[in-house]
Amino acid sequence: MKHDLSRVPEIIERYPQQPSSLIMVLQDIQKEFSYLPCEALEQTAAKLGVPLSKVFSVSTFYNAFSLNKKGDTVVRVCIGTACHIRGARQIQEQLETALKIQAGETTKDGKFTLEVVGCVGACAMAPVVLTNDRYHPQCKVNTVKKLVAKR
Amino acid sequence: MRIESEKQLRDYRKKLADADKKLTKKIMVCHGPGCLASGAEKVSEEFEKQLKRKKITGVTVGSIKKTGCHSFCEKSPLVAIEPAQILYTRVKVKDVAEIIEKSIKGDEIIERLVYHDPHSNDAIPKYPDIPFYKHQTRIALRNLGKINACDIDDYIRVGGYEAAAKALLKMTPEGVIDEVTKANLRGRGGGGFPAGRKWKSCRAVESDVRYVVCNGDEGDPGAFMDRAIMEGDPHTVLEGMIIAAFAVGAKDGYIYVREEYPLAVVNLQKAIEQAEAIGLLGDNILGTDFSLHLHINRGAGAFVCGESSALMLSVAGNVGEPRAKYIRSVVKGLWDKPTVLNNVETYANVPMIIANGADWFTSVGAPKNAGTKAFSLVGKVRHTGLIEVPMGTPLRTIIYDIGGGILKDRPFKAVQTGGPSGGCLAEQHLDLSVDFDTLTKHGSMMGSGGMIVMDDRTCMVDVAKYFLSFLVSESCGKCIPCREGLYQLHKLAIAISEGRAQESDIEKMEHLSEMVVTGSLCGLGKSGPNPFLSTIANFRDEYLTHIRDHKCSAGVCKELIKYEIDAEKCDGCMACIAACAFNAISGKKTKPHVIDQELCTKCGACVAACTREAIMVL
Repeated sequence: MKHDLSRVPEIIERYPQQPSSLIMVLQDIQKEFSYLPCEALEQTAAKLGVPLSKVFSVSTFYNAFSLNKKGDTVVRVCIGTACHIRGARQIQEQLETALKIQAGETTKDGKFTLEVVGCVGACAMAPVVLTNDRYHPQCKVNTVKKLVAKR
Repeated sequence: MRIESEKQLRDYRKKLADADKKLTKKIMVCHGPGCLASGAEKVSEEFEKQLKRKKITGVTVGSIKKTGCHSFCEKSPLVAIEPAQILYTRVKVKDVAEIIEKSIKGDEIIERLVYHDPHSNDAIPKYPDIPFYKHQTRIALRNLGKINACDIDDYIRVGGYEAAAKALLKMTPEGVIDEVTKANLRGRGGGGFPAGRKWKSCRAVESDVRYVVCNGDEGDPGAFMDRAIMEGDPHTVLEGMIIAAFAVGAKDGYIYVREEYPLAVVNLQKAIEQAEAIGLLGDNILGTDFSLHLHINRGAGAFVCGESSALMLSVAGNVGEPRAKYIRSVVKGLWDKPTVLNNVETYANVPMIIANGADWFTSVGAPKNAGTKAFSLVGKVRHTGLIEVPMGTPLRTIIYDIGGGILKDRPFKAVQTGGPSGGCLAEQHLDLSVDFDTLTKHGSMMGSGGMIVMDDRTCMVDVAKYFLSFLVSESCGKCIPCREGLYQLHKLAIAISEGRAQESDIEKMEHLSEMVVTGSLCGLGKSGPNPFLSTIANFRDEYLTHIRDHKCSAGVCKELIKYEIDAEKCDGCMACIAACAFNAISGKKTKPHVIDQELCTKCGACVAACTREAIMVL
């Protein structure tokens, strides 16, 4: 998949050109492209004076970064303790069945990525599912599929 | 305008307070995490739209206050009408017109929107009378629900930055440290280390540069207190950090915020800009020669970064792997400079201690555990939400009086505190006082403040398995006891939950746990086996039932349960048939349905669809 990477230098230059800016630069690249394109990582390494191996190490250490492109809609099932107790695992399984993918994967048509997340801090509204940044509180096992119904 | 003296600050506050007094009605719409998830934004938009359109005479209504968390999340979205102290629950867009008509233009109370006691069904319109609020004491969360989160004027109006002014203009750094030490403020992130001692050691190290850091990487699943503070009262965090920086002599500070909390980043950033604009932050604060610049770092989704040394490495742009702490971070922390790291709630307490004095603070709480603690009360409890209680409050008061008891009045089984590093307490612990020392003594810990209540439909083996799985994926992998030990513990927990284990496996797990605790470098590994250790200590029988009888009495572990339809309760409505994605249920309308065990995947969709509770989990 090809992207217009012409904006990468501008993103890198938003921060001081030093190694400590690495995470912030990667966060902005991730936000722009919804993943970290290889070429962007190379440019980041060169500009910030960080070895590419370290850029790769940071990119794979943190959950926020992804080396694969995500779907148009990222569905995130919160599996924090409060959500777990109130049935998040069943919610996750329903979505996996409906989308025919496992958590962490993207549908073949590139429409949905299914992820699980440690806790989104909306514990009182458990179980919670997010579609992109939208919260869906108190999801029910029998109706959660509607969130990923073809639009 | 810059505020450059205590008098200017006081005059400014008086002006704001006078303007506020002219308002006869105030509408406070909760924009906390729970309410936003339930559509509070649409409610406040509707209020704004209607107030603009409608003519209201005789009543001065200020602009809608989009406040921080009102805390009673279970009833969200919440709207409070001040000064009458009316709390409307589960407010929908269509209720807005009626609220304006009756409670803003008039003084009527809309009974169907107020809280009703779950047992007597009596209406309780005023929030101070609701048991959920009645038993709370608010210090760190004092402004949540009371002020507009993104408005420094509102914060100043309720006494904000008074403590910073007192510290900077009337006290010495040593005096501030003494006061905080005397108050015995212990780290609210869970460790419980005295903040005053930390500040003192940092100040004592000779160095040209020192840093203050705020840990807003609230990673414990099931906890959202810090989120609520950062989003709903960001200035209190800044004020706490200003006082800490003045005390230790830092010129730069960093706030490390979880990436899952984008609104916290936005609100903190706004707060920093507002405070800098009027000279309460940045260069020459309040006209003194003390300067502090605060920066925000977004986390990138790693639980281990809540650990102090990992967090500091992450701020500096590195992989967040904890280091050995032969040298503590107060000596060599961020960029190897002396650093004070405290958590959000700790900083939120600081202004109140400076403003009211250490004696006032120690008058609240329990011996050696001064003050209050905020908790997120969640799980199978009737009233979920954010609470703050004096240290020493019994668990029973929290769960039954504030929380209103167990959901659907089922039997209480356990309460989990302290996140993945904490433990589960059982029924015999309900009268324990909640403070740092008591919880630790009984195999759990205070932690950052997640309090997850569990009923008889929660399986303790599954809970242990859940936390172990969380820790396995969050272990940074630097040291082997944690990386491999937790992995093996998780594998054994899975075997138990699937009925494939032997009794000797429990011993194996206990032995392995000991090695993980002894051999791991940081807190994550050292406390990693706690979920297992505390559940085996209090619920050994439940483990044995899984192993010996291949039964999960809570009806959770899939491999050991089956679903059946109670023919007497089933009225043949076909809802479960429609819900089943695997065509495992058959039956005709008005006749009892049957589940085909071969096809059933135990996904639970039928249980959720059934309105008559006819599906039994055996």
